[in-house]
This record gives sequence, structure tokens and C-alpha cells, in this order.
Amino acid sequence: MGRTPEGAAGCASYADRFDVFLVFFGMVFAPAAHAAEAQKPLPLKSGVEFASADVRKLQGDDFANPGMLWVVRGEKLWSEPAGTRGQTCTACHGDAPKSMKGVAARYPRVDAGAARLVNLGDRINLCRERNQQAEALRRESDELLALTAYVAHQSRGVPVAVTLDPQNRRDFERGRDQYQKRIGHMNLACTHCHDRNWGQKLAAETISQGHGNAYPAYRLEWQSVGSLQRRIRACYFGVRAEIPDYGAQELLELELYLAWRGNGLPVETPGVRR
Amino acid sequence: MTLARVQLPASAKRGEVIEVRIAIQHPMETGFRFDISGRAIPKNVINQLVCRYNGVEVFRAEMGSGIAANPYLQFYAVAEASGEMAFEWIDDSGNRGTERAAISVIE
Repeated sequence: MGRTPEGAAGCASYADRFDVFLVFFGMVFAPAAHAAEAQKPLPLKSGVEFASADVRKLQGDDFANPGMLWVVRGEKLWSEPAGTRGQTCTACHGDAPKSMKGVAARYPRVDAGAARLVNLGDRINLCRERNQQAEALRRESDELLALTAYVAHQSRGVPVAVTLDPQNRRDFERGRDQYQKRIGHMNLACTHCHDRNWGQKLAAETISQGHGNAYPAYRLEWQSVGSLQRRIRACYFGVRAEIPDYGAQELLELELYLAWRGNGLPVETPGVRR
Repeated sequence: MTLARVQLPASAKRGEVIEVRIAIQHPMETGFRFDISGRAIPKNVINQLVCRYNGVEVFRAEMGSGIAANPYLQFYAVAEASGEMAFEWIDDSGNRGTERAAISVIE
């Protein structure tokens, strides 16, 4: 006996509705469940693995890599006197390749003196103010990016290794929550792209896992080197959310969470990204 | 502050073809962009770059607004005598830059 077309359609629609209900149930309640435990993408893949062959080649060639222009500039600044005392970075830290190796892999971290979370660029500025009695360099200025890129470059190949401790625990938790919070007109959280859909296409782009191990990086879209905060701000723009200012606590906390999430990935500074 | 990097082999055999590379930090402003208050940003690109090998011009590039920021150029030259490669360039705002690199030619 054959079923009537109406009956078949009716059965299917009940089944569909149940599926839809399950998916809806998952979407509404899953984020709440995820918020409790922070998850890392597995296997960890640096952003360069999602880049096209030409971008990978550009990053791999230390001469053609335009980010190296900033690194070379940073090297010059490292031994240039600054501030009222006319002191150089070399005076205290000596040769950066020795003294700065592995340093960038441990940032952002809580600075004991300032008693707040700082990233590598902030730390360089604190050093200028405290020890060189020099003015802090403007965020995203070529000078600060050059020094940050130079210092971070010394850690190239060193695995990112931020540690969680009682000092940065609150920052970490807020960063993790921010990462999972839906924001903007698009109503998306970081996790929706970079945990659930990495490797998939977003228009012509391949969605990366959203790691910061290549920053400061040369982004072809910017035609310049930029900080991780600039990149995160671009994501805020992408989901049409209100963009926090440079140096905002929210961005620092996200940086910390991202670093923890990418623990183990080698530092690539200066990376090249599209 | 103009910053450039030049790369060529430190030494080469006479008659050997060598690869010469130069990267210059420059915004290469196209003239098609506007600043935050809507004013046009004037075009400012490196319009001419010359390389002289012991005083003899071996390479010249004339660039326009189609060249990306921080231009990177690569060309080949024949190593003839020890000496230096001297680069000189000028942009639309009249800023000149120079950079040089030495090469020693072995028989």
C-alpha cells in the first residue's frame, strides 16, 4: 500500500521539525556549556598554514619579507640613545639576540611594577618611561612596531608559553568570556569562526584558528606592519561591533586568551598575512 | 627616515651572473586615497630608482601608483670588477634616498 503524498510530506515535516529543534537547542545552550571550559582548536595550526603559497613564500624569505624592514629599523633603535638620560636599550639589555630570546613568547603578562596586564609593546614603553626616562611611543607608530617586531623576532621559533597564575587569572577568564560572547550586528563571537569553522571559507578567505604568534605582522591589506590589537580590531569591524580603542583592557585580555590558546605554536614575527 | 635593505653576494667570480635585491620602506601613496577628514592624500611614490655599479648605470626603474608600498625589486647583473653597487631613488615629494653594498670579484 502506497502512502499518500500528503502523508509522506507530513511525516517528513515532523522529522524535520524535530531536527530543527535539536539544532536550535544546541545553538542556544551549547555556548553556555562552552563558556565554562576554554577549548583549544586541535590540531593547532598557525595562520601561515591557511595562507596561500605566495604569502607563505614571502614570509619564509627573510629578505623579501617586508616585515623585516621594521625588524631592521628596530635593531637600529635598540642601540640609539633615547630619553633625558640618553640611554640605549643595549646599555641594560646587551645583545638582543641573547637577552631577548624567548621573551615575546611569554607576553602578555602582568607587569609587577604597573600591576596590570601588559603586552610586549606596552612593556617596551614602560621600560622607556622607567629606565630611559623617555616618552612612551605612540601605539601603532612605526617606532614602537619596529622595536616590538625586533624584540619578538628574537623569539622566532620559540613556542608561545604564557602561564596562568593568580595574577592573570581574572584577565584570562575575562578574555575567554569575551572570546565566547556574541557581539556586533552580525551577532558572532570569536569562537564561531575560529573554533567551529576554521579551515572553512568566508567568501574568498580561509578562516584561520585566530592565533597571534606571527604578530607584529605585515598584512598585505595594511601595506604595513601592525600589532595583534590592530588585527583584533579588524575582526570587531568585521562583525560590525563597537571597536575598542588601542590599549583597551578588553583587547589585552583577548590577547592573553589567544596566547594561551596558541601555547606551543612557534613565534613567527614578522609574519606575513593577507 | 628612509630605510632600505640591499642584498647581493659578498663575493662572486668574474663574469658570474649575480642576483641583486633591494627593499625600501616607503608608503607609495597612490594619490587615490582620502584621509579621515575627506581630503585627498597627495600622490607620493618613488618615481625613479637607479643602480650604478662602479659608476655605470646597470638598472633603472620608473615606478607609478600601481606599485605596492615598501617596494621590493630584484634584478640580475654580471660581476665584472670589485667595487660597489650604489642605489639612488627619489619620490614625488622630492625625498632622495641612497643605499650601497660592496661586492668583491675574485678571478
